[in-house]
Amino acid sequence: MEEKLTLFKNRKRFGIEKNIDIIFKNTALVLSSFVAIILLGIILVVFFQSFESFSRYGLKFLVTSEWNPVKDEYGAFTAIYGTLVTSFLSLLITIPLGVGTAIFITEDFVPKVVREIIGSFVELLAAIPSVVLGLWAIFVMEPFFRAFFVFLHNFFGWIPLFSTEPTGRNSFLAILILVVMLLPIVTSIARDTLNQVPKKLRNAAYGIGASRWKTIFSVILPAALSGIMAGVLLALGRAMGETMAVTMIIGNSNTFSWSLLSPGYTISSMLANQFGEADGSQVSSLFYAAFVLMILSLVVNIFAQWLVKKFSLKY
Amino acid sequence: MNSLYYQKRLSRNIGDKFFTSLSVICALIAILPLIFLVTYILIKGGSQITPELFTLEPNPPGDDLDAGGINPALIGTLIITTIASIIAIPVGVGGGIYLAEYSRGGAFSRFIRFGVNVLAGVPSIIAGVFIYALIVSTKILFGSMYSGLAGGMALSILMLPTVIKTTDEGLKLVPSELRYASLGVGASMYTTILKVTLPSAFRSIATGVVLGIARAAGETAPLIFTALFSYYYIVGFEDLFYEMGSLAVLIYNFALEPYDAQNKLAWAASFILVLSILSVNIFSRILAAFTEKTKRI
Repeated sequence: MEEKLTLFKNRKRFGIEKNIDIIFKNTALVLSSFVAIILLGIILVVFFQSFESFSRYGLKFLVTSEWNPVKDEYGAFTAIYGTLVTSFLSLLITIPLGVGTAIFITEDFVPKVVREIIGSFVELLAAIPSVVLGLWAIFVMEPFFRAFFVFLHNFFGWIPLFSTEPTGRNSFLAILILVVMLLPIVTSIARDTLNQVPKKLRNAAYGIGASRWKTIFSVILPAALSGIMAGVLLALGRAMGETMAVTMIIGNSNTFSWSLLSPGYTISSMLANQFGEADGSQVSSLFYAAFVLMILSLVVNIFAQWLVKKFSLKY
Repeated sequence: MNSLYYQKRLSRNIGDKFFTSLSVICALIAILPLIFLVTYILIKGGSQITPELFTLEPNPPGDDLDAGGINPALIGTLIITTIASIIAIPVGVGGGIYLAEYSRGGAFSRFIRFGVNVLAGVPSIIAGVFIYALIVSTKILFGSMYSGLAGGMALSILMLPTVIKTTDEGLKLVPSELRYASLGVGASMYTTILKVTLPSAFRSIATGVVLGIARAAGETAPLIFTALFSYYYIVGFEDLFYEMGSLAVLIYNFALEPYDAQNKLAWAASFILVLSILSVNIFSRILAAFTEKTKRI
């Protein structure tokens, strides 16, 4: 009897082991809260650094496009307009192309092997660094499209969007390189969502005599719509924050112009260009611009997450 | 009788043909430039590769016909990515362990998961701006301003969400029976995690982490005003506290130079960067496919 009790006593966990267990759990807890700390840290730091500029220029910063370090006058309208125009227009081109490609690789037009190769190739392209895309845009895309821009200007010059004489780097090229960057994102997310649509929906539609594209348009695409939308919003967030490729090809000019054929600016390219050499109130104004960019991309991202949660496939 | 056969001229069949060809055209427009892009980089960059490229310093841009090599940038990229991994992997794996093993889906873990997704969407240049304000402008790191260390920190912010997400998802795929069995024979929670669940999720976590590292290696925006750029060899430990070059920033700087020699160096650097990133991606893809097959058996 006595012996048995000591046996049980020895089998109790040592105090030290219990402590290790508790320490391990709490370390994991602290490490996971790092994410929240960093996120809040980013928001707070950027906000407080921009405070000086914010209190001086207020919301006027958003609607004026004067950027003059000598006279100490700052307004980021050109950059904000450039960010919005390049990201929305590039998305406008990407959506049909990306969804069309996704449909092509989820339907059985070509053998499965070919489709899988195309699919993984598209995904691999998402891994190419944007600075390399920028390099390619400068040396290959710009000369390639030069004649096309001249044509656009000559025949559609009466539209304000094409009203300036094309001279090298411009916003239109930035939009095109963004399309190349966003295509993999939109295509792979659209493909995943289309693949998740249950087979019986398709079979039911075929069964009542719908043709292939009638099925795609009236059954499959509506069922996949929320997922595709979320992918599009993620791509939008990416487009707004994209820096390198755009900075290298957009021409970096703070002069406002409606024309896509003239050099432009985006918030991120402004940051990339000026942050290194800025001092004084220019730094604060750049932080203000960074704050605007952060808010824009946060709103888009949070909306995308909400959309995924709210409308995720319910089949 | 005819209605039983496929009729070409029926409007629905014409419409189907039309949309099918439209989607084929979409796929072609989407894929051709991409194929063109990859082959161009590989051919144009590959033709610039010489042994000296890996050993020499880049010459300052000028009328020099010889641009030198990319040794400091190559080493710099390795160092900066290593620093980023040293910070991001422990933090990310630890955070992922908490989310997958300890949290019970409460408000805190939901907030953290949400935060991970939001942080993944923060533009990469904002990470650079943040580190600039926090570390570079305050000279908090022993009085040094632009440094490889600061660059590594900026990159680690970008890697963190990927690492947490893959750890969280990898651990969630481990069957609960393994956990019950381990806890049932009297193992404590941390022994269970370290000896049972983490090892069985190791391959999927490692794949995700490696992909995250590969992505970080090509990031430029967070480095241009944290690590800046340097033309000189990295010789010792104290170089961590000074400006450090990297392949990505080298491509950015030299692509915008008007000189042909520098542009060629940028092409060579992109060849090395793209080739290593693509091979890491392809390799981990093959590994993942292989694991899936063995699991099914």
